[in-house]
Amino acid sequence: MIEVGTALAEKIVYIDRAMLKAYADASGDQNPIHQNEEFAVSVGLPNVIAHGMLTMALVGKYVTDWSGGSGSVKEFGARFIKPVIVPADEKVDLTINGTVTEVDGDQIKIDLVATSAGVKVLGMAKAVVIKK
Amino acid sequence: MLAPDSVGRTFAGADAISISQSEIDAFAAVIGETDTTIAPPTFTIRISLDQFQNILTKPEIGLDWSRLVHGDQKFEIFSPVKAGDCLRCSATIESYRVAAGNEIVSVRSDLHRDDQLVISSWSTLVVRA
Repeated sequence: MIEVGTALAEKIVYIDRAMLKAYADASGDQNPIHQNEEFAVSVGLPNVIAHGMLTMALVGKYVTDWSGGSGSVKEFGARFIKPVIVPADEKVDLTINGTVTEVDGDQIKIDLVATSAGVKVLGMAKAVVIKK
Repeated sequence: MLAPDSVGRTFAGADAISISQSEIDAFAAVIGETDTTIAPPTFTIRISLDQFQNILTKPEIGLDWSRLVHGDQKFEIFSPVKAGDCLRCSATIESYRVAAGNEIVSVRSDLHRDDQLVISSWSTLVVRA
């Protein structure tokens, strides 16, 4: 039974530099802040950071695993509040949780929380799905 | 500085963009999605951001893309995207403001398959001071 307050199981995804390179190639976003440490530091970042849209895509996968595939998402939004910092030769966590906040007929609204190294990286992250 | 008269303008993409299975496969592989009959929900960001860049960096608009960060993103999906789709895109500059020296631009992207609206998405892009 899905109702307001139903929690989705927590999922931890690991992000490394190889994933950033793969996402850059797949998305066309070759901004060097996501691949080149020297460049990232030169523009005031602590290190290479993940693409906000990669984080969002991974959270999207978390949602669609629960809701029944890529075709089940009607709305999906998030604010990029803090970067996911990805040092060389490390795997950093993206820890994702979700809670049902509204059930309206077959439409289900979910609030999502994503953290990395204990820091909340997305704000106002929400999806509306039709669960299959 | 963004040219003030550009707010509210809609720009049509020059050509329709055809979506290939290999593009969907590559995007899905990164996030561990194995069913690629439908594109992942955020897949079309590659089309929208590319169009935003083309428009917003035109000399008469004048945004500095090199100092740009992505502030937020929202999608409304009316019909899932699949390989073989041919999508026409238009982009609208919805608002522009300057806060603490940062330029904040809100843009909307509408993707159509023939006359059908497939996806609308909204991006807030911030050019850091």
